[in-house]
Amino acid sequence: MFLSMFGAVESGIIYAIMALGVYLTFRILDFPDLTVDGSFVTGAAVAAISIIHGVPPIVASLLALVAGFLAGCITGLLHTKGKVNPLLSGILMMTALYSINLRILDKPTVSFFNETTFFKQVQSVWEKTGIDSLMNGLLSSVGLTQVPKTWAIIGVMLMITLIVKLLTDFFLKTEVGLALRATGDNKKMIRSFSANTDSLIILGVGLSNALVAFAGGLIAQHGGFADVGMGIGMIIIGLASVIIGEAIFGTKTIARATLAVIGGAIIYRMVVTLALRVDFLETGDMKLITAVLVIASLVLPNMLKSRKEKKRRSEKRLQIELRRKKEGVTDA
Amino acid sequence: MLKLQHLSVTFNENTPNEKKALKDINLSLKKGDFVTIIGSNGAGKSTLMNMVSGSLFPDVGDVFINGKQVVHLPEYKRARMIGRVFQDPMAGTAPTMTIEENLAIALSRCKKRRLTFGVTKKRRELFKAYLSKLNIGLENRLMTKVGFLSGGERQALSLLMATFTEPDILLLDEHTAALDPSRAELITQLTKELIETYELTTLMVTHNMQQAIDLGNRLIMMDKGEIILDISGEEKSKLTIEDLLAEFKRLRIEEFESDRALLV
Ligand SMILES: Nc1ncnc2c1ncn2[C@@H]1O[C@H](COP(=O)(O)OP(=O)(O)O)[C@@H](O)[C@H]1O
Ligand SMILES: [Mg+2]
Repeated sequence: MFLSMFGAVESGIIYAIMALGVYLTFRILDFPDLTVDGSFVTGAAVAAISIIHGVPPIVASLLALVAGFLAGCITGLLHTKGKVNPLLSGILMMTALYSINLRILDKPTVSFFNETTFFKQVQSVWEKTGIDSLMNGLLSSVGLTQVPKTWAIIGVMLMITLIVKLLTDFFLKTEVGLALRATGDNKKMIRSFSANTDSLIILGVGLSNALVAFAGGLIAQHGGFADVGMGIGMIIIGLASVIIGEAIFGTKTIARATLAVIGGAIIYRMVVTLALRVDFLETGDMKLITAVLVIASLVLPNMLKSRKEKKRRSEKRLQIELRRKKEGVTDA
Repeated sequence: MLKLQHLSVTFNENTPNEKKALKDINLSLKKGDFVTIIGSNGAGKSTLMNMVSGSLFPDVGDVFINGKQVVHLPEYKRARMIGRVFQDPMAGTAPTMTIEENLAIALSRCKKRRLTFGVTKKRRELFKAYLSKLNIGLENRLMTKVGFLSGGERQALSLLMATFTEPDILLLDEHTAALDPSRAELITQLTKELIETYELTTLMVTHNMQQAIDLGNRLIMMDKGEIILDISGEEKSKLTIEDLLAEFKRLRIEEFESDRALLV
């Protein structure tokens, strides 16, 4: 149980980077971008093939990021210069990427378990720090018998995801970032303040897919393989993370919202892991579980809010009635 | 400062909905001119403003700002020289962003946007100083999201955002029309003050004749895509609503007569 939750958090933190990308398009740009299903795999494929060809894992991961950026820019171009509807632009790009990803991989699945990945490199350094024995010692002392093999991945991913979050927060507060946010908010207004909305949309969708592909590259290195179908349903996982996170942690400021997205990604993984342990649920039910989760996060907060409102009103009515009664008594 | 030459636009040409919105418009503004524009619905006032801002392009004609031909420049490039306030109070600000973030966006209007913080301590002080001149307490609500402001407050903010970077041309298109009378009065007052402070060259469309007479140094009346009246200086300061109505009737009946002459 503990181990499977540990695994859920571990991959949740990696997927959080993808979710941050989805947040950029869906929430900041108000651009429902479906490129994600394709660009995630593009990242995985580029990282896998690069590593197999001897490119250092860190460079391979950055190449994945660049590939995703380019893919996103093309989606943005389709929409802004080609005047194609945003949903359709994403679908077209996603479809095109399927073939491109297959070209990059050359076959549907490429495994590279024996190659040196970023995580293996980190692990070999990490082992020298002694953090593993410290953490596992702590776990054993509270009575856990099964302890994780390594804390390296969770540790380094926490750092990387946090850096990505802080960079995103910073970017969205810069002059360019403010213009990007306004583009998603009120295009007419930001054009009247001399911002080129076309370029900003292209930039935003590009950055979003850069993050998605970067996450794809890391997931491939985490699992030791890249598969042309590994991106199917990725957009809905990203959306689920964004919506669950926002429902639980709120969106008061940008920094809060990006933190919520990361939290949402981790919670999503945990819930799915838990759900799959239930006897009558199977792996194939995952999409249904995801859909139910998203619906719940969309509907529940509203229901809770209106219940609270109702309660507040009925209390107020009661107070006034009581006061009237009291006054009635003194009057008489 | 602003020069429009032979501007013509026809919407939906060669269809049953064909509409000649502007017919060979010529207009020239000197620096510091404050021109009010009146005219019935559909006269082409907004279309004229859109020609200047670049939201729409003319079929033929030229637009010069500061002697520079800008008729081919897209809206966002011209915006470096132009400040604008729209009729809809929701249109001029970004609702999910804070007051200070909106002001930071406005501050970047005439320069290249960079990867440095939009809101800094120094800028915040500057924004506070500007906002306190509006006298509606916005200086204490820098971190409030603009979506929470009332229509009047949003329009006051839009007005400040359009003016404080001192654009070459200020365009106001019925920017008080969507507000209740007292708010409209406040915004009109602010408009006057801000234009005077920054000596802005202004085109202001209004449906309120009294306002058109009271404000500015020049008044233009439009009808059916043409400028039918252009009064400035001494003559304008003596103008009354009755004069305007009489003039409108006289000009349009003349046209009516000549139309009939053509038909007979
Ligand atoms: N984008 C457009 N497409 C078609 N017709 C338009 C468009 N914009 C304005 N018109 C028409 O042009 C005429 C002038 O409109 P406008 O400039 O908005 O008038 P107003 O003086 O009331 O601001 C109107 O008849 C209007 O219906
Ligand atoms: Mg109009």
